[in-house]
Parts: sequence; structure tokens; C-alpha cells
Amino acid sequence: MKYLFLLWSNLRRKKTRSVLTVLSITVAFMLFAYLGAIRQGFGQGIDVAGLDRLIVRHKVSLIQLLPAAHEARIEQVEGVVDAMHQTWFGGVYQKPTNFFPQMPVVPEEYLAMYPEVLLSDEERKAWLNTRSGAIAGRTTADRFGWKVGDRIPINASIWTRKGGEQTWEFDLVGIYEGAERGTDTTQFLFRYDFFDESREFGQGLVGWYTVRIADPERSAEIAAAIDGVFANSPHETKTEAEGAFVQGFAKQIGDVGAIIMSIVAAVFFTILLVAGNTMAYAVRERTGELAVLKALGFTDRGVLGLVLGECALLTAIGGGIGLLLGWLLVGMGDPTGGSLPLFYVPPRVLVTGIVLIAVMALLAGILPALQAQRLQIADALRR
Amino acid sequence: MAGPLNWISQIFSIALFNLRTLPQRLGSSATAVFGIAGVVAVMVSVLSIAEGILKTMQNSASPENVVVLRSGASTEMMSWVLGDDARVIAEAPGLARSEEGALASPELFVIIPLKKKSTGTDANVPLRGVTRTAPLVRDRFRLVEGRMFEWGRNEVVVGRGAQLEFRGLEIGSSIPVGKEEWPVVGVFEAGGGLAETEIWVDALVLQPAYQRGNSYQAVYAKLESPGAFQEFKDALTSDPRLTVSAVREADYFAEQSAVLYNLITGLGTLIAVIMGLGAVFGALNTMYTAVSARAREIATLRALGFRSGPVVVSVLSESLLLALVGGSIGAVLAWLAFDGFRAATLNWSSFSQVAFAFDVSPSLLVRGVVFACLIGLIGGLFPAVRAARQPVSAALREQ
Repeated sequence: MKYLFLLWSNLRRKKTRSVLTVLSITVAFMLFAYLGAIRQGFGQGIDVAGLDRLIVRHKVSLIQLLPAAHEARIEQVEGVVDAMHQTWFGGVYQKPTNFFPQMPVVPEEYLAMYPEVLLSDEERKAWLNTRSGAIAGRTTADRFGWKVGDRIPINASIWTRKGGEQTWEFDLVGIYEGAERGTDTTQFLFRYDFFDESREFGQGLVGWYTVRIADPERSAEIAAAIDGVFANSPHETKTEAEGAFVQGFAKQIGDVGAIIMSIVAAVFFTILLVAGNTMAYAVRERTGELAVLKALGFTDRGVLGLVLGECALLTAIGGGIGLLLGWLLVGMGDPTGGSLPLFYVPPRVLVTGIVLIAVMALLAGILPALQAQRLQIADALRR
Repeated sequence: MAGPLNWISQIFSIALFNLRTLPQRLGSSATAVFGIAGVVAVMVSVLSIAEGILKTMQNSASPENVVVLRSGASTEMMSWVLGDDARVIAEAPGLARSEEGALASPELFVIIPLKKKSTGTDANVPLRGVTRTAPLVRDRFRLVEGRMFEWGRNEVVVGRGAQLEFRGLEIGSSIPVGKEEWPVVGVFEAGGGLAETEIWVDALVLQPAYQRGNSYQAVYAKLESPGAFQEFKDALTSDPRLTVSAVREADYFAEQSAVLYNLITGLGTLIAVIMGLGAVFGALNTMYTAVSARAREIATLRALGFRSGPVVVSVLSESLLLALVGGSIGAVLAWLAFDGFRAATLNWSSFSQVAFAFDVSPSLLVRGVVFACLIGLIGGLFPAVRAARQPVSAALREQ
């Protein structure tokens, strides 16, 4: 503890330099935390995909529709607990850039399938009693300032209403919260019965199925069994685990995400290298003083510790502030204005950040510290 | 008259003196150069992704061409046009003609999953069903390998970009469509446009495979001249048989790429600004070190009668020079590493892959170097002012 004061005084000697070094480390770690969140956003909740859920889609491609009648047949497959369907609505609110996912679903089935979607009992009841009722996730509701009771017009780009009308009006009866931090709260969900009777064409067709299975261990086997049921029918299916489905989707963004990440990693280390070099320079400058300390009776190891401690203190301050700022910046909202379904700093990024702080303190400090340790008093004082 | 001249000669002599002593401060100067080079390299490379996507989209558009979609639909994926409607659209005024009739091509647009070469994972590749007029409407379409598919047969031709990015698109191999395997018989280019990411097949073959009956998703058409657009559009919107909207290709593709372009540009700019801040701190450190190491020299100069203006300018010019060197190195690195680099990503608007080449354009290089100079300017300004303000007597006394 008594050395802390000494370390602190050393840092205060050249205040400007210390502050600038801390600031550049801060920037690097702020960037690190922020990009961690963006990466998570692109990955879209792979971590929270239910292990016991499968996705069944048309074998030819995701855009092909499946008959709603598949549901009963899927539920008969051994090992399947429950099945429900969703359909991509693909409309926009007011202007084309106001994009968020909208899906017609069967309310009871949906809420049973996704327990992480939290809705109060009143809102649940209201949704079951209102044919044109819809619920929205907290993120989307806050983005547009919606309140329960609002009437929300959505412009359909695929599904026109009977008579060619493009605007669908929904009554917002509830706003759901996510049980976990990774839960997607950008969705807008409305009733399938209302959708099916109002749409101009495609009655009885749905987009894909979500299936709950009893035993996650058997997911591959059950997926094969489901696909077997529809083999050689006009609507063959492809079934995979929800996690694999979501991950496959994220991978489509592919190269570009990876390229941005690797470029940025390179610069993160550039900034750190620059800061580390400055710290090393600051120590070298004081060779004479270190020799005096040794002459006063500091051990070799003591001097080593002092120099390492100084680097560690600088890095810890800068890195700590940086991670905190990054976290705050992420809390202010995502740069695309709500298109990323998830945007938060995952805990493992913070842990990695802290490890990096330790690694950097060691790397930047070790060379000058070793030099300081080996310093011959007589040589150094003569310089 | 002697005043300003004297001032300028003072600047020159101090600046030259400064620059000559640069090698003595090689370590700390190199640090600043290195930092700035890194920042500029990243900025230029990230923005070149956005430029590349934009260029691909612009290459897709031709000024006389229009896209007709069902009104309300923003992309082909969400649109549909019945076969009868397509015939009505082909009769509209203002269209260019050839022996085949009006240059209007009704097309079908679906996606098939193929494996990406780089990752081996599924990607949504656009499969376009076309009619005989399609190559005439897109006048930059030309076959570069193999032959065109035969009309009415289960054969496909693939775009150059698609072939480079996805597995199993060599001539002689075949792609799975529904329960069938369709052989690849040719490779085409389309002026570097979006179509090069696509696979083309006869629309009449694709319709039954996807249970589309006699329907299409969009009509691409070539006008007699860009000026005929209004006449064509009015004819379509006033026709009671149709509920379609017509947009110029340029507007259509600009809208298609808007989300992706804005996302990457926004992200790239944000990252560049944050990193730039880091580089400014690095440059400040370097220049403060440089100035404090020479505090006595500078004080001596001022005691000799050099004024503070030239001192400021000379310190600034040193940091600008470092920034210029760093920025140029960074820009050149980005250009060497990424210009023409090919990649593919998901275009969220059309829900399908778009292959493109990174485009490190000259204007981007200039922007990178200007950004570097800005960093150098800010990084040099404060140390310069400090150097000039230091009381001469105190600085001379300092060790």
C-alpha cells in the first residue's frame, strides 16, 4: 500500500503525458466494448435460442410457404410436445426505414412456446378478446412511442387485404418485456385468425413452424422424423434446431462482419501498442532515478514491481474507464436506430476486456521493468 | 515590407531546424506515425466496403431502365405481377422495341440455399427466372464462358460474382432446385452489377418448380429514352387493370442498398472517429515530448529574437508532416490489401446475397489523408501553443 503513493506521484510528474496515455487506452477499450455489442447484435441471440425448439421450413427455400395443416401432422411425430406457426408479414410503419419484424401468430400457442415473452395477465386477456389486437416488444414500442390502446397502421408490402387495401390497422393491446437480456423485444405480433380471414390470397398458408421437443438430446432424430413425414409431398420440409437456424441466418452476413471485426482488432492493438510504447518511454527516461532508488536499498525485485505497477495502474485506469464508457455508450442505443434486434455488452466481452487489461499491463511494462531490474547502480548514475 | 518576409523566413529556418532533428526523436515520432497509419487504414478499408456495395448497385442501373413492381412492394421479393398484367405493361407507351417486341421482361425472383466458398455455410442466392427479352433489357449482359441455357430446358447460367462466391457453380456441375438437379451451362457478366450475383433460368421452367402458375414478380423494361419515364409511369398508374408502381432502376437500386450502405458507412465513420480520438492522444503525446525535449532550444531561439508565431507554425508543420506520412502509409496499406477484394454479404432489403468488390477509390484515399492531417493538426496545436507561451527565462533555466 505504501508504494501506491510513490506510483501515484510518478504518474503525476508528467501529468499531461499520463492523462493522454490513459485517454488513448480508454478509447481503445471503449471501442472494444462497443464492438463487442455490435458483434452480439449481428449474431442475433444465438445464446438464447431454446435448445428444446426446432424450426421447420420449406425445403426449397425460406420464402416458400407451408400449409397450416402441417401443424397437426408435426404434433403427431413422436417426441414433439407442441408446434406452432409464424408467417413473415414484412410491412412497414409510416416509412420504409421503420423496419421491425411483424408476425401473425396464434396467441395462446405463441405465449406457451416462448415463455421468455412476458405479458401481464390483463394484456394477455385483452389480446385473446380482441381480433385486431396486437402486442409489441418494449424496444419497438419505445422506438415509436406507442402506448397500449394506440391504433397502429402497418403498410403491407406482401399481404394486401381483401379488396387490395394495403394498410392494416391493429389495436395495440399489450407491450411485452423480455425475461432474459437476450430476448428479442423488437417484434410486433398479431392474431393469425384475423390475418387469415382478411388477407387477399394465400389462405391457409404459413411461413414456418416452431416445434418444442421433450428431449433436446434427440433433436437431430426428431428433425429427421418430421422431414420424413413430408418427404415426397409437394411441400417438403427442412427441420433444424432453433440455434442452428438463427446462426445460419447470422452467417449470411458472413465475410463483411468478420472483415470489419478483424480490421478493428488490428487497430485496437495499434492503439495499445502506441500507448504501451509511451509508457515504456516514460520509464526509460527515469533510469537515473531508478538507480537512486536502488542505491537507497530497493531490491531488484522491488524496482521491477514498481515499474510494472506503474504500467498496471495506468492501464487499469484507462481500461476501466474505457469499458465503462463503452457500456454507457451502448446503453444509449444502437447506431442503426433500432434495426439490430439485440444491442448490449455481453458479460463475456467485459471479462475478456479485463483479461486484456492485465495482458496489456504486463506486455507494456515487462521490458522496461526487466531493464530496471538489471540496472547496475554505478553505470546508471554515471549516465 | 520587411515584417512579413522576415516572419516567413523565421518559419522556414525553425521548421527546417526542427525537421533536421527529427531522426533524434525517431522512436516517439514513429509511434505517432504508426498510430495514425493504423487509424487511416481502418477507416479507408471499412468505407471501401460501403463504396464497393454502392458501386455494384450503381453498375446495375441504366438510365433508360425501369422496374415495375406491385404497388406497395419495395423489393422484387415481396412483389408479384400476374402474367396477364405483364402483357398489359408491355403494351404501355414509351418502351423501346426490337424484333422480339417491346423491351419489357417479366421476371421471377426466388432464392435458393447454396454453400458459401469462404465459410461453407448456407447463403441465400438469388435465382432469377427470365424471358427472352431479359438480355436485351440489360444491355451489359454478355456470356463469357459456355453457352446460354436453352429456352424451355432445365438449365441455368450463373453470374461471375456468384460463381466466385458460392460452391458448385462451375460449368458442368448442377444446382438443386426442388427435387431436381439443373446443370450449369454458362457464365455471364453484367457490367459489375447486381445481376452478377444471380443465377438465371427460363422463367417458364422456374414457374412450375416453385408452383407460381402464370405469375411473375417484377417487370424490367427499357424505355426509348430516359425522358419517356413520366409518360410510361402515368400510363401504368392510370390503367384500371393494374395496381403497379414504376420506378427508375437507379432509384430502385439506391433504395435497395440504402440500409446496408448506411449501416456500414455509419459504423465505419463512428469507429473512425473514436479511433481518431485515440490517435489524437497519441500525436499529442509525441508532440509534447518533442517540445519539452527542446524547451531550451526553443527558448534560445526566442531569446535571439524569433517570434512565437513562427515557433507555433514550425511545431504544427512537424506534426502535420508526421500525420501526412502516417496517413499516406495507412491509405496505401488499405489500397494494397483491399482494393478489388471480393466478398459477399446479405442484403437485408432483398433477403439475398450480394457479391461485390471492395472499392478503395481515389476520393476515399484523399479523405483518409485529410483525416490524418486533421489528427496531426489537433495533435500539434496544443503543444505548439505551449512551446510558444513558455516564459523564456524559465525555459532557459530548466535542465
